[in-house]
Amino acid sequence: MKKNWPILVVDDEDVMCESMAAWLREDGYRVDTAPNGQQAIELAKSSDYAICFVDLKMPGGIDGIETMMEIHHVRPEASVIIITAYATVDTAIQAMKEGAQEYIVKPCNPQEISMLVSRILKLKKLQSENAILRKKLTRQYRHHDIITKNPRMEEILSLTQDIASLRSTVLIRGESGTGKELVARAVHFSGQRSDKPFIVVSCAALTETLLESELFGYEKGAFTGAAAQAKGKFELAHGGTIFLDEIGDISPKLQADLLRVLQERRFYRVGGNQEVEVDVRIIAATNKNLAEEVQRGSFREDLYYRLNVIEICLPALRARREDIPLLAEHFVHRISSELGKDISGISGTALKLLMAYDWPGNVRELENVIERAIVTCHNGLLDEQDFSWLQQNAGPQQNWEVPDVSLDELERRAIVTALERKHGNVKEASVALGIDRSTLYDKLKRYQISH
Amino acid sequence: MNALYFVAIGSVPEKAWDWIENAAADWFPMPIRRLSPLSIPDAAYDVKRKQYRSVEIMKLLAKHAPHDAARVLGVTDVDLTIPMLSFLFGQAQLEGPVALVSLCRLHQEFYGLPAQDDLLRERTVKEMLHEMGHTFGLVHCLEPTCAMSLATHIQLVDAKSERYCSRCGLQLVQRFASPDGGL
Repeated sequence: MKKNWPILVVDDEDVMCESMAAWLREDGYRVDTAPNGQQAIELAKSSDYAICFVDLKMPGGIDGIETMMEIHHVRPEASVIIITAYATVDTAIQAMKEGAQEYIVKPCNPQEISMLVSRILKLKKLQSENAILRKKLTRQYRHHDIITKNPRMEEILSLTQDIASLRSTVLIRGESGTGKELVARAVHFSGQRSDKPFIVVSCAALTETLLESELFGYEKGAFTGAAAQAKGKFELAHGGTIFLDEIGDISPKLQADLLRVLQERRFYRVGGNQEVEVDVRIIAATNKNLAEEVQRGSFREDLYYRLNVIEICLPALRARREDIPLLAEHFVHRISSELGKDISGISGTALKLLMAYDWPGNVRELENVIERAIVTCHNGLLDEQDFSWLQQNAGPQQNWEVPDVSLDELERRAIVTALERKHGNVKEASVALGIDRSTLYDKLKRYQISH
Repeated sequence: MNALYFVAIGSVPEKAWDWIENAAADWFPMPIRRLSPLSIPDAAYDVKRKQYRSVEIMKLLAKHAPHDAARVLGVTDVDLTIPMLSFLFGQAQLEGPVALVSLCRLHQEFYGLPAQDDLLRERTVKEMLHEMGHTFGLVHCLEPTCAMSLATHIQLVDAKSERYCSRCGLQLVQRFASPDGGL
């Protein structure tokens, strides 16, 4: 039975109600009937009808249009179909204006009714699926994955709630892997824009020209290969939020373009001469110290102040060690269920090891380490030996003799070594280095390392 | 044992009874009997639509149902309607004792084509199985070839087969196998 979609038939004629209800019941629906508007409204209060067939003319009491309005008052999501025996354009227009989903003249073809009902229910199914997914998504970004009992992080979380409903630009600073995107999503999904798009752009991953067309879109013929007009990320994010990751890496020209968007919320598509206006909240993130970049002259001061309206600085994981057990347990629970492995938790000695480690790649590194341990674990508890490779990695560092070179040179060597170990695989090398891929690309560019 | 009763409402061609009774005997494990024909009540005629109100005829059938009737199926040659719909091939009470089939729109002549007995037989059997299925609790089936699929025009009736799909058939068998015989 299609019990989930109850239907109500409202008509003063008993024969009409019962014959229509019988016909719909043959199709498996739960159907109720009401002889007048008053009873229909009472029924609607206690039952969540998907569709209400309401006769336009009902003598005495309230008519079909009023009944529909009252039903919409108690059940805004119910679809009302107005039925009439006398079709006039005026009544049809009035019914539709007042919110009727359809207007049908009886008698109608059985096929017409059958298609109408299935069309409305298909839409209802999509709407309810959509609502469930949205709810899941919002819940996921509001509460999941940002797990903390660190006072500074708690302050940050409460700040994200406070600023969620504003349009002010937010600048999120923090080392790689501290969860900058997660915080940006928490801001977006806690505010009024949560049902609008959240668009992520990784600025470090693209060259200047690519990034320009990615952000602002382009007109047909703007460059070779621009076969049709394309919307940029700013247009796609209209009404919602755009998250500009690695903002410290954009070129001076793009810095100027971005400044204009921030000031005017308007821009031109590449090759275009018509201004596009957008309503977008901008959240930018960087692992660089932008104030220093400004002093060095590599980042525009005016853009820095435009971006830095609300600043959030995420602490490194080593500065919030009390969160390591919480996060580790959370990742074990989530990843083991995703991978379909039955892992109950982490042993005390293993946890000690995790607490002592320095986590240069922060929470992302912790997540990767736990995933690797779960994959190789053969009993139900993650033990010290499941993290032994971590100890090996950490071990030599303590006795490591530091070569007499600059910090930059050290970093360059570490990257080259990681790439060699991973046979040139940038993704794996970035995991080993505990930084994200776009940061690694940026460093490859900076140190002119070809991979 | 309770029986399945068939009854003509107005005049129905004799050959139709052979088709209906033979097919019914294949599916429904109960005695099949025929009642004397009933005449169509005047109240059933809708002057404006020039059709017959199905609800009035269903009421008549319920009134004339014998005490030992498991189900009563009325068969008529007139065109049926209910207030909401412009026509009906038939009507049934879901899980109820009464059902009705109209042959009117099953004739090729209704569509301005020459009569075709084989086709009329197939359509009659399909509609009988469909309405009887409702009285035994079956709702519309999504399998287009099943006798229980919803047909809102004659092409959809022709797309069905003269049988229930395995799922609907099994549901009927389970029902008849229950201690009360599915009644």
